[in-house]
Amino acid sequence: MSSTKSQQPQSFAIEVALVLAIAFFLAFILPLLLSDFRLKLVGRFLALAIAALGIDLIWGYTGLLSLGQGIFFALGGYGFAMHLKLQLPEGELPEFFTLYGVKTLPWFWQPFHSFPFTLISIWLIPMIVAGLLGYLVFRNRIRGVYFSILTQAMLVVFFNFFNGQQKLINGTNGLKTDTDTLFGVVMGSDTAQKFFYVLTVLVLVGAYGLCRWLTQGRFGRLLIAIRDDESRVRFSGYNPTSFKTLVFAVSGALAGIAGALYTVQSGIVSPQYMEIALSIEMVIWVAVGGRGTLVGAILGALVVNLARSLLSEKFPEVWLFFQGALFLLVVTVLPQGLIGWLRKALDRVLRMWGYGPHATTYPSLEEDLEQQHEQQNLGH
Amino acid sequence: MSLLISSLFNGVGIGAVLLMSALGLAIVFGLMGVINLAHGEMMMLGAYTTYIVQNGAKALGEPWTDIYIFPALFLSFAIAAGIGLILERSIIQKLYGRPLETLLATWGVSLILRQFVRSVSWGFVAGLVIFNLLFFGGRAIGLQRFRKARSRLPSWSNTLLFALSAAIGITAGLLFLNQGEQSFWGKLWFSARNVDVTPPAWLRGGLEVGDVTFPYARLFIIALMVVCVVGTYWFLQGSRWGLRIRAVTQNRDMSSCLGIPTATVDALTFALGSGLAGVAGCAVTLLGSVGPNLGSNYIVDAFMVVVVGGVGKLVGTIFAAMVIGIISYLIGSGTFAFLLSNMVSSKSLGIVWLMDVLNFFATSSMAKVMVFALIIGFLQLQPGGLFPQKGRAVDA
Amino acid sequence: MNLNQFNRRKFLLYGSAAFGTSLFLKACGGSSPSDSGSSGGSDTIKVGILHSLSGTMAISETTVVDAEELAIEEINAAGGVLGKKIEAIKEDGGSDWPTFAEKAKKLIDQDKVVTIFGCWTSASRKAVKPVFESKNHMLWYPVQYEGQECSKNIFYTGAAPNQQIEPAVDWLLENKGKDFFLVGSDYVFPRTANTIIKEQLKKKGGETVGEDYLPLGNSEVTPIIAKIKQAFPNGGVIFNSLNGDSNVAFFKQLQGAGMGPDKYPVMSVSIAEEEVRQIGKDFLIGHYAAWNYFQTVETPANKKWVAAFKAKYGQDRVTNDPMEAAYIMVYLWKQAVEAAGTTDVEAVRAAAIGQEFDAPEGPVKMQANHHISKTVRIGQVREDGLFNIVNSTKGPVDPIPWNQYVPETIGYACDHSDPAKGEKYKT
Repeated sequence: MSSTKSQQPQSFAIEVALVLAIAFFLAFILPLLLSDFRLKLVGRFLALAIAALGIDLIWGYTGLLSLGQGIFFALGGYGFAMHLKLQLPEGELPEFFTLYGVKTLPWFWQPFHSFPFTLISIWLIPMIVAGLLGYLVFRNRIRGVYFSILTQAMLVVFFNFFNGQQKLINGTNGLKTDTDTLFGVVMGSDTAQKFFYVLTVLVLVGAYGLCRWLTQGRFGRLLIAIRDDESRVRFSGYNPTSFKTLVFAVSGALAGIAGALYTVQSGIVSPQYMEIALSIEMVIWVAVGGRGTLVGAILGALVVNLARSLLSEKFPEVWLFFQGALFLLVVTVLPQGLIGWLRKALDRVLRMWGYGPHATTYPSLEEDLEQQHEQQNLGH
Repeated sequence: MSLLISSLFNGVGIGAVLLMSALGLAIVFGLMGVINLAHGEMMMLGAYTTYIVQNGAKALGEPWTDIYIFPALFLSFAIAAGIGLILERSIIQKLYGRPLETLLATWGVSLILRQFVRSVSWGFVAGLVIFNLLFFGGRAIGLQRFRKARSRLPSWSNTLLFALSAAIGITAGLLFLNQGEQSFWGKLWFSARNVDVTPPAWLRGGLEVGDVTFPYARLFIIALMVVCVVGTYWFLQGSRWGLRIRAVTQNRDMSSCLGIPTATVDALTFALGSGLAGVAGCAVTLLGSVGPNLGSNYIVDAFMVVVVGGVGKLVGTIFAAMVIGIISYLIGSGTFAFLLSNMVSSKSLGIVWLMDVLNFFATSSMAKVMVFALIIGFLQLQPGGLFPQKGRAVDA
Repeated sequence: MNLNQFNRRKFLLYGSAAFGTSLFLKACGGSSPSDSGSSGGSDTIKVGILHSLSGTMAISETTVVDAEELAIEEINAAGGVLGKKIEAIKEDGGSDWPTFAEKAKKLIDQDKVVTIFGCWTSASRKAVKPVFESKNHMLWYPVQYEGQECSKNIFYTGAAPNQQIEPAVDWLLENKGKDFFLVGSDYVFPRTANTIIKEQLKKKGGETVGEDYLPLGNSEVTPIIAKIKQAFPNGGVIFNSLNGDSNVAFFKQLQGAGMGPDKYPVMSVSIAEEEVRQIGKDFLIGHYAAWNYFQTVETPANKKWVAAFKAKYGQDRVTNDPMEAAYIMVYLWKQAVEAAGTTDVEAVRAAAIGQEFDAPEGPVKMQANHHISKTVRIGQVREDGLFNIVNSTKGPVDPIPWNQYVPETIGYACDHSDPAKGEKYKT
């Protein structure tokens, strides 16, 4: 779909300009329009959008439905939070350790004293974990629904592990960062929060660029090929395992970065980031926005989360109905998501004005859902 | 010896619960390639049915309070199967061939069902009934009219009808609910809190043999599991529809060509799987709590059983459930660590390290971590599960 | 093609239907919130109620919401506070600690509430604590908890460990035996509570023969029961700090294993009347619980309260300790506001210290360490599912937030009436 777009330098320039304009709007204009509370919400949702990009990469492009992105999200969050927790006078331990009678810092906390290490670890550790898990699973050609429930089970295991280890990482309570300092600035303060808001916008732009680069060209086409017919890719002499592992690792890294940015803005990281529900919701953001389109992933994350926070405020008792209905609606009525819907609407308007869409050899094939299902399920 | 027997029994007891909850899931997954995330909620419906039957039995008095569990089992099956049938006909069927989307859709269903038991009341039901009458009644009338007039129903009519009847239904429901929480219409049936299901007296307590106690509830569940497994086997192997189900499981396209109504087979299987979940839900009321979140407590373990058991073979599922049950008991109760310390007298570094690891995992929370690690390891050796299907398919 | 067009239309209409419905719901249900918001809130005082209305904790927390709403309704019926009505804004924490933090921020920043009543689990309280501290706001917390905390911004109306756990252990040592098995849910309250119990047993000559933790919501308790049986072949004391669903599984299967209250008495600190009802009283008869309040407490204030509660929520409902603490805290806040003459957080906080209230459990008083002095009681579950009070202190016991058994906090105390002392000082 999006990969079939022409790659002329002119359209590239337009796209860059557009992205930068939106980023500028988000970073500098929006803060003037919204109340502090809403702005912070938007900041967090933008962080979630980064994770959504990662999911789009593996689900929208490569056809791997991971229900375990929460693992990587939480790992990134924990990495950053641990560094913040260690911003203490020499020899002191984070407060919660004293509650459980822990006298020495657990070994795996030690490297998080270093800021550069932390910066690298928030994406490298999730990346390694994702790569390792991915490799073990893909190597055996486990895929489809099987892969999904395996990732979900992994999620539960990581949840149990983090939840049970009070003495290592404060268990259920999680780590709170609002009152910690980084370079002498309190994390909960307005200055720090503004900084992280802008940083989130920048990182989102960077992540978008990365995904755009990955999904274009040969690599991107290969991912789509794996999604549409993995066996054929293998018969053509490629090894899908390594590509799948790589792209899964990248999505893990994106989720890790998202987790770190989300943590500092919400002020807490806890094992609940690894609840089953959150990881499934992440997938639904992408589905709502439109999978297989990067803009869709971002849009979906923002729209769904805004709707969610508004609905749960207005109807705290019954808003689960809305959420459930959203899942059903998206899957049954709107399989191409908002972006797919907008695109069709745009095409229609253009056609009304006499500008037909660019000619493709078999346009009906591109729009025919059943044809696409057949493509996806060939060989099952 | 008594340690061996009690370990085995306890492990099988855990395995029986796992198998009960995974059986329906495995059948549906084997046939349709669909994972039903609302499976746990089907269990929950079964459990709530048991609660209602129990309250009915309490009202009826003596003999019923002792035997209500049997009608409850039957009704749990019927209600869960019915809801499953509706679910399949209305949603899953439309998503045929898109297993990942089905996964998400069933998650949506599970959220709605969970919220449903929280907020259901007579007023709510009344609103729902009004909506259904208007929507489906209107559609039926519309279809009839248009068939007479030999023209097609305009495409927007359904949507309009839906919107109108939803608006009327919700309004009516709210009007009923506005009579207050104490009124007949407004009073919640279950509310968000847990409800108590007390098994009949003969299912409480345990059978003591020597120094080992066999809880009656576990014995009952093991017996029930055997009945379910045998029944399912009989149905699949011995009946006409079972034959068709097996045929579709093996090769859907070929079966379809040979005139097997695959859509009916799908619906039937889904109803059967949901019904089994309902029975499982009724069974777990003997052991655990009954609340809106009942399903989520069991569902992930059920997935693991299905994954280890492999696709399309019931015997794999049975084996997987028992093995996982026994292993998680041995690790979680610290029996492994205990046995090891007794058997090995030498205190070499490796043994000490192994003991430390086992003790670290010897709590219920950590046992799950360990079991899962073992499962991942197992899948490296046997990617297709315990009893992989033999064949020459491209995809393992 | 046709299919897609149809779908789009459908979506549009569904969407507009949903939108219309929501507008309708708004018009129907929300009579008060929108009016007062526009008028700047001059005729009402806004307070926040922040509990889990969904998720695992909803089973407990919704009962506390009921109690809080009852208190607010009563106060409003009696003329409100400072001549204004109280308007409660309810938010759902969803049993998810980060959501609690988010919703607390929302209530403070967006709705500008003057105080928040909320939280149940210690984890949720700890998640919102930095929010209240960084915004210098006020939380009222109604549940017994593990102590080791004494925030300037939180008022704790549930029991501190020395008002529940420690007396319960003392009572067990005196009456039931010296060997304890500790069972708890896998989160902060049971873990910390058990640390305290272990230290206390060490000092008082008891012994901890084993401890185990179950993940929240887990119902497979067979391994734990096997461990208990192994540790106590002939009976012993079980100290239970399981929370939520796991309790049901625990008691059902304990009975199934033939371990009755005569040989294996269980002392629970999270099971009150409401939980007894949900677990099924047949599994609990004869077991014990330690609380400050039981529905069977004989005070005039309690009779009045139980009657009012049943009138509002139904004759089949029961009252319990956290609900009572929630009821108390709304009244204590109201008295503090009236004493201060304003809803300003600083002024109310200062005025709250020393407030007394004739609570259903007996007289309570807010101490300088933001906890209240309470009567301690031990109850045994009886045939009707209520508690037979078997032991009770003579009068209210003063709260000690920093535990005096745990080595790390021995000798520390908390006093918010004196800024020089604050939340943790050496006595």
